Amino acid sequence: MSGSITMRGVRKSFHGTEVLKGVDLDIAAHSVVCIIGPSGSGKSTLLRCMNHLERMDSGLMLVDGELAGYTEHAGHLREASARSTSLVRRGMGMVFQQFNLFAHLTALQNVTLGPLRVLGMPRAQAEAEGRELLASVGLAAHAAKFPSQLSGGQQQRVAIARALAMKPAIMLFDEPTSALDPELIGEVLAVMKKLTTAGMTMVIVTHEISFARDVADTVVFMEDGAIVEQGQAERVLSAPRSPRTAEFLRHVSHAPRLVQEEP
Amino acid sequence: MTSTSLERLAALPVRRKTRVLSRWVPAVLIAAIVVGIGWAFISAPAMRWDVVGEYLFAPRIVSGVGTTILFTVLTFVIGLLLGLLVTVMRQSGNPVLAVACGAYIWLFRGTPLLVQLVFWFNLALIFPYLGVRIPAWGIAIGGDANDLISPFTAALVGLTLHSAAYMAEVVRGGFLAVPGGQVDAALAIGMTELEAQRHVVIPQAIRVILPPLGNQFIDILKATSIVSVIGGGDLMTRAQQIYGQNYQVIALLVVASLWYLVLVTVATLGQSWLERSLDRGRHRRPAVIATEVTA
Ligand SMILES: Nc1ncnc2c1ncn2[C@@H]1O[C@H](COP(=O)(O)OP(=O)(O)OP(=O)(O)O)[C@@H](O)[C@H]1O
Ligand SMILES: [Mg+2]
Repeated sequence: MSGSITMRGVRKSFHGTEVLKGVDLDIAAHSVVCIIGPSGSGKSTLLRCMNHLERMDSGLMLVDGELAGYTEHAGHLREASARSTSLVRRGMGMVFQQFNLFAHLTALQNVTLGPLRVLGMPRAQAEAEGRELLASVGLAAHAAKFPSQLSGGQQQRVAIARALAMKPAIMLFDEPTSALDPELIGEVLAVMKKLTTAGMTMVIVTHEISFARDVADTVVFMEDGAIVEQGQAERVLSAPRSPRTAEFLRHVSHAPRLVQEEP
Repeated sequence: MTSTSLERLAALPVRRKTRVLSRWVPAVLIAAIVVGIGWAFISAPAMRWDVVGEYLFAPRIVSGVGTTILFTVLTFVIGLLLGLLVTVMRQSGNPVLAVACGAYIWLFRGTPLLVQLVFWFNLALIFPYLGVRIPAWGIAIGGDANDLISPFTAALVGLTLHSAAYMAEVVRGGFLAVPGGQVDAALAIGMTELEAQRHVVIPQAIRVILPPLGNQFIDILKATSIVSVIGGGDLMTRAQQIYGQNYQVIALLVVASLWYLVLVTVATLGQSWLERSLDRGRHRRPAVIATEVTA
């Protein structure tokens, strides 16, 4: 698995309100894509459709050129089994805005649960790899702590380690720093930046424009359930072609939190 | 004002209020009242302690205690299983099942247990025959309701259906307390729905459910005494039968109360032990892992 994603005509409605209005998106294997856009534009929903936490109403998705979510069968498409959906998900790590660490498990147990229960890895190996992962996100000393004993930034780093433990080809991040106090954002972004060199495909929904400029190959701007503009990161962020992209960028770069963040 | 320097104030001796009177006078008064009432009760000529002693371990009473424990345990276990079933059906997404379960809970929580018990006991008045009977084909599976519904079965059915409605709410509360993001995270690491429930949701729901379940157990224990109205054969039934013969009403109520106190105390101790060991597990687990590392 190398980690390319292709989406065509993806639509999704909640209670009759269309949230995704036919999204076409190509994500190259090993690339880093940042998705930006105003609140409610459908970024989270798009990400959740990618790993089938949300079922799309229509549209197709290919992962590494293979149909995901459907199987072709005697001239028609049939909804994939729960089993094959969970196989697709194994190849895609997801990091949530609210961390969603398993509250009843320690940091290490959070990281090893997937390898133990889903991959059937021997415990000794799972724990050794888990400790290594925790060390790589700077949390070697916190392996035995429960989520409630960790700061938000530490929890989010455990969540990243938990996703990495499945050795996914693709990592999906849904506003991983939005729920964090400003002084904790940096430690999470640093871990993510380190990951960009590991060759995984990374899809990152974020409001951190300077981070996007720093790490992204491609920036996608979404508004109102559709992709308004996408292209090479520096180009989209510095010289947006759509006036709506320009307007959004002007808006976020005037947000006080970002100003405060500039060193 | 300026002469009030801090140093001068700090040098002054402090005379604290002595709380001896305000603390001890009410305490002594209350103790005296309690002891007085207690003694009046214990020493009342009508209080036949010899009768209490005579019946405390009488075979009929002891077998009644056994029946009370049996009712409690059966009601708790079957009620919990039924409650789980109702919860699963209610959350299944099937609207017919959901409405049926909602109606069940509404009906059985909304009517008094006493009424339900008498109702089950008199089921024969509505359905004289329980089972399937098609006279034209000569089929008859079942029997006379009066034969099938003994006081024991009526009591058990009544208690179980009543408590299951409460258990369903307790169980549902436990599952609702686990945020949806936990399932998302479990699915995202490649678990199936069932694995997510088993490894992530249920272990967390149990922690929420256990304390109220302990309370349910104690509530059921005391509620079983109501089955005496239909002669269910429990401790209270036995006490009533005995004082119906010898008119030692108060003495036998004291016997029953002593037994209920013992049972409830044991159940309460068990509950707090269970909760403490759950709590300890939560704090101890990191230590266990730490020793694994050094070993
Ligand atoms: N499960 C759901 N049920 C109903 N409506 C939903 C659901 N999930 C999302 N929506 C709606 O879909 C729209 C898009 O939501 P989404 O979370 O994808 O936006 P977003 O771009 O991620 O916004 P934000 O930046 O605030 O996270 C919103 O109007 C939201 O209210
Ligand atoms: Mg979102």
